[in-house]
Formats: sequence, C-alpha cells, structure tokens
Amino acid sequence: MALLQISEPGMSPAPHQARLAVGIDLGTTNSLVATIRSGVATVLPDAHGRPLLPSIVRYFPDGRAEVGYAAQARQADDPKNTIVSIKRYMGRGIKDVAHIENAPHDFVDAPGMVQIRTAAGVKSPVEVSSDILKVLRERAELSLQGTISGAVITVPAYFDDAQRQATKDAGRIAGLNVLRLLNEPTAAAIAYGLENAAEGIYAVYDLGGGTFDLSILKLSRGVFEVVATSGDSMLGGDDFDQRVFCWIVEQAKLAPLSPRDMRQLLMKAREAKEYLTFHGEAPITAKLSTGDVVDLSLNTETFCSITQTLVQKTLGPMRKALRDAGLGVDEIKGVVMVGGATRMPQIQRTVGEFFRRDPLNNLDPDKVVALGAAMQANVLAGNKPQGEDWLLLDVIPLSLGIETMGGLTEKIIPRNTTIPAGRAQEFTTFKDGQTGMSFHVVQGERELVSDCRSLARFELKGIPPMAAGAARVRVAFQVDADGLLSVSAKESTSGAEASVTVKPSYGLGDADIERMLRDSFEHAREDVYARALAEHRVEGQRLLEATRSALQADGSLLNAEELQLIEKAIAPLEKLLPGTDHRAIKQAAEALNRATDDFAARRMDSSIKRVLAGRKIGSL
Amino acid sequence: MHSHFELFGLAPAFALETDALERSYRDIQSRVHPDRFAHAGDAERRASLQWTTRVNEAYRALKDPVQRARHLLELHGVDVAFETNTAMPPDFLVQQMELRQSVEEAIGKKNPSSLDALRKNLDKAKQSLHKQIAEAIDTKKDYAGAAALVRKLQFLDKLDAEIDAAYETIE
Repeated sequence: MALLQISEPGMSPAPHQARLAVGIDLGTTNSLVATIRSGVATVLPDAHGRPLLPSIVRYFPDGRAEVGYAAQARQADDPKNTIVSIKRYMGRGIKDVAHIENAPHDFVDAPGMVQIRTAAGVKSPVEVSSDILKVLRERAELSLQGTISGAVITVPAYFDDAQRQATKDAGRIAGLNVLRLLNEPTAAAIAYGLENAAEGIYAVYDLGGGTFDLSILKLSRGVFEVVATSGDSMLGGDDFDQRVFCWIVEQAKLAPLSPRDMRQLLMKAREAKEYLTFHGEAPITAKLSTGDVVDLSLNTETFCSITQTLVQKTLGPMRKALRDAGLGVDEIKGVVMVGGATRMPQIQRTVGEFFRRDPLNNLDPDKVVALGAAMQANVLAGNKPQGEDWLLLDVIPLSLGIETMGGLTEKIIPRNTTIPAGRAQEFTTFKDGQTGMSFHVVQGERELVSDCRSLARFELKGIPPMAAGAARVRVAFQVDADGLLSVSAKESTSGAEASVTVKPSYGLGDADIERMLRDSFEHAREDVYARALAEHRVEGQRLLEATRSALQADGSLLNAEELQLIEKAIAPLEKLLPGTDHRAIKQAAEALNRATDDFAARRMDSSIKRVLAGRKIGSL
Repeated sequence: MHSHFELFGLAPAFALETDALERSYRDIQSRVHPDRFAHAGDAERRASLQWTTRVNEAYRALKDPVQRARHLLELHGVDVAFETNTAMPPDFLVQQMELRQSVEEAIGKKNPSSLDALRKNLDKAKQSLHKQIAEAIDTKKDYAGAAALVRKLQFLDKLDAEIDAAYETIE
C-alpha cells in the first residue's frame, strides 16, 4: 500500500490552492489594491476601512516615508517634503513636465528622469512610487494573510516606453512580482464587460488625476480586443485644479506665493472643483501666511468657461482613435466613464454630445480600474480554469522608430499595433569604409526626431569596411506584452555579425534597482534574506508545478533521453526547495528553465497544430 | 516556414475569408498568448512571446490588402519591387498629384468636410482596386498585372495616411 504523503506545515501548499494575486491602480491622485475573494473582485481597505490610498508621500530626515492620508493632512505644512502627483514625473525629464514651476518641490534635473530633493535625500519618481506600492503590498499581505505571488499594475494606455519601464521598476523595488503592466482603460473594460456581459464596440473615456486615455475596444465572449487607443499623458483632473488656482490668484490679486500658501490654495481649488459637481456655486476661503485673506465664490458658469479648453482638448484624441479604428460615432455601442475627473458635469455633457448617447456610469469611476486589474491578475496567476478565462489583445499607443539621416524618423512599429509585436528593418552605411553606426530609438508620431520622445541611443561597432551602402544592418524591435521595447542590431554581410540589446535610457539598470531594493528593506527593517528566500521558493514551486503539468500533458513529445535530462534538472530543485539557500534555489530553477527550453517550444508548436487540425475536421 | 495562410489554415487567396481568419487567429492566440504563461517558466514564456509576435504579424499582414497581395505574389515567385519599380502610368500620377493638392487645399482652408468627400471617393477607388486585384490573382492568375495594381493601391494607401494627417493638422 502506498504511503500517504504529508507536507511539512506551511511548506507545501495544496496543489489547487489559488495563488494570491492582486491588481493595483497606481493613480496620480489615489491608489488602490484589489483582489478576487470567493470569486468576486474586491478593493482591499486599510485598517480604518478606507479603500483609497492618497498617492502622497512625505519624507522625514531619518529616512522614513509616510504615505496616504497622514501625508495628505500635512501637505501644506511641509510642502517641500510631501510629494503629490508623482505619476506626472515618471520617466520624464524636467522639461517634459507642464506647470512644474507651480509644484512646491525642489527638483533636480538628473539625466533621463527628474528627481526631487527631500529631507530623506534625493528621490527619483520611481522610488516615490515604490513607497506607495509598498504600502499597498503590505495592506494586501496583511489582509490576505500570505505572500503575494504576483501583481498587475495599471498604467495609462498613453504612457510611453520610458513611463512604463519606470512603473515596472517601481513595482520590483516595492518587492512585487509584476505579472503584467495593464492599460487602465483596458482594465476598466474588463471589469465593465464582465459585470454587464457586454458585447460589441465600446469606447472607454478615462480622465484621471493627471492623464487622459481614450480606448476603443471590441468586446465579444471571451475576448477583449483593443482596436485603437489615443490620449494625452499630460492632461487630467490636476489641470482643472491648476485653472481654478490661477483664477483664485488673479481674482484675489495675490503676490508670488510661498510653497505653503501655494499648496493650500491648490487644495482649496480642488475642493471647489469637487463641490461644483453637486452644487451651483463653491465658496473659496483661505488665510495665507502673509496675512492676506482669500474670500471668493466660484460658480458653475465661470468654472466651465475657465476649463473649457481642457475639456475641448479631449476631443482631438477621441476623433483620432475613431479614425485609427476606422469607425464612425454611430458604431460605438457605449461609452464607459473612468477616473474621478469624469464626475465633472461638463465632461459628462461633452462626451454625451460627442458620442450622441448617455455615458455609462454604473461602476465606481475610482475603483473600476483596480477591480479590472484584480480580475486580470487572477487569470494571469492561473487561478481560472481554461474556458472560464479570457483573451486580452492590447496595442502600443505610440509609434516606435529609428532616427535616419537628416533628423527624420523611420517608423518601425506603428501605433495601435497589437502586442506582443516584433519587426525588423534593414539599414546601411552612409560612407565608404564606415565601421560603426549609431542608432537613436524614438517614440512618437511626428516626422521630425526632435518632436518625438528619445528612448535610447546605442552604437554598433565592428562592421567590416565596405563601400557605402553595402553593409546590411538589421535592426529588430520587439515589444512584449507589457508594451516594453527591446532593440537589437546585427550586421550580417561577409559573415561578420555584431549585436547589441538596449534598454531604454530612462529605465534604471539592474544594479540600481538592486541597490534601491536593499535600501528600502533596510529602512523597513525587513529581513532581505527571508524575503529573497520566500520569493525564490514561490518561484521554484511555481516552476516545478508548471513543469510537472507540462510533462503530464505533453510528455509524449520527448524521447526517453530528453525526458531524463528534464527529470535530472527537476530533482535538485525539488531537493533544495525546503532548504534555506536562496541562491542555490535560484540557480536550480534557472537550470531547470534551460533544460525545458526546447520542450517549451515544441509544446507550443504542437498546440498550434492541434488547433488547426481541429478546425479542418470541424469544417468538413 | 509556413506561409501566413497556412499558419491560419486558410486557402491562399486575395479574397479573404475574414471570419475564418479571425476565428483561427483567436484560437491560436488563446493557446500561445503570454497571458497563458505568466506563471510559467522562462522557457515557455520565451516560446510564447515568439509565437504571439509571429501570429500577430501574420494576422496584421493578411488583414492589410497591400501586404496580403505582396505576400501572395511572393508565394508565386513574383517580386513586386515597390522600392525600385516606380514607373507608373502618367495619367495615374497626374491624378494622384491633383488629389494631393486637394488635400493641401483642404488644410489651407481648414475644411474637414472636403476631406470627408476626398476620403469617400478614395474608399470607392480602393474598393474597386481590391476587386481588380482579387480577379487578377485568384481568377486570372495574372501576377504581373496584379503587381501593377498593388503598386497603385499603395499610392492610395499613402494618400489615405495623408488625409489622416490633414485631419490632425486641422484639429
């Protein structure tokens, strides 16, 4: 009789136990974390039952960071060290950020990404964002009583490569296994589509605190397909606050303000904006540190007229997305409203007039993105059986290209291409005997490189000397499912080959990320070692399960010798997993990965063959 | 290496079975897409990325009439030679230049409704070319004749892109 196996307490999870996965909406104004509980998507509240976490971080001289409501309460007292709307600075240089002069921070113009000087030292937007994410991770771990195996983090659909890379890095530094970066309007469409069993073509109008996205999706049973996306990554509710702020300064005839007064009036501006959603007139009163007293009243009419150009700015992307999708307004079945800023009546009215139908508001515009992200995280974690899950097809928002002679852009992957996507283009030398080429990778729609966003520069050396135009350099672009780009170049005449892979210059190097990760855990007094061990164990366990189920399903694709090689790689990982040497576990997992490379490719081929075989029989 | 048509289990023809292509594309994607392998090992994730990229590229190529025609002609050993062979009938070129001028004028006058009209006519011209190409490739097997038509279609596609850009300039 076979002996029953009993695992050591806490070590081996039951094979069918769901993996803990969360969806995170990392917003300009507020952030949220959600998960699936008993089959239902739920936002996880803090200890006081509050679902939102204000995306505000206050730094102290001892290195401590305070995040959320507590930081928000003190923002006017300590404006320099209290960072708000950090999302606006992700992956951006100092020149890229509008109204930076109105933000009461001490900015440092670092290469690539702007940084902020605080009492706790100079912080990059990536670190500030990771401090917000860390609070959400801890909230989720406390609430779910376990280690989070993976997270989906949402980004504005219109985020470029640098902004996406920065977000993913922030997730890693916060100690999260980032399963996927998901576009915010797409996340909203998932939540909306599943909730309402919607079918047909829908538009998602997502006006957040700092970004605007307009996505058009085709929803059908089991498939969410983004047809086109457009937007403005520098337009959001914050800009409406700015307009009101400027109006206050002008009406009250105020002299240049101290950072403290500036912050106070910006808060008053935001309160007035929110008040006007339900009232015809908002009182604005404040006592400034100069002794000046502000006592004004803003009515709906004035508010609409000072923000009219902002509302109009969202019309261009709407038209562009429709054109790109090749669709007319009457072909759109519904418009889903997402983001707190869509509560403003003038937005609802403008969108309604444009699409000639009432916008859909039946999901909380603050929560819908996090809920959709949680649903997607649950699928990515493998918690949904096949048949009950869905397929998500998303696109890149902005074209990717290379600079050519004369400062012009050669587009390699056009906007609205379904991802993952890959394309290659051949380039050649300009001069006789040229042995090197430098490449400049850009993102954007304009003809001129200077109007596009610079992502990376790299050089290819060692081209054999030839006549001008004889060399054949193949530049390959690959965009993964997160919308992140990697580029390689290869010269392939006369047998000489060289290749290089670049990471966007706005992204941080692996060494930077490891250092930040170490620093952050030192501050949190968490045991780095225990964390690494827990992570590698989860990872190793995941790999073992995946390999076993692959062998069970498709073992017949291997001959005895090949099978033995894989089994030989399984054994050491199995043996090391209960141990405490996290480096050895990682190495064993990597070895198993290498051993199954070929098997994985073969499984994929045979899976496709089965699809096609099935089709032919079916259509007879 | 399979042709794009083989990949989706379709007969190689310019007249496209759109529904069958879409069904097949979704079936394959639902098996190879990276979302299915987010919790798998590196090896499987790599294979998934490669396959999805390939399937997306093939799908895009088949949906686009110019690329679909080029692919078919290449399968029949005909080099369409877009880059080198620019000799086009003079009357066609004159007509293209006039159309481009109309686009410029619409931009100058900031007149989107004249762009609407241009687009409508362009769509008609494209539809008619699609029909002619289908006939040349699928029925007559006149590949050289088809190549000349595809070159024309490419001109019209460029004009289409210019109209898009014109709308943006006006807005």
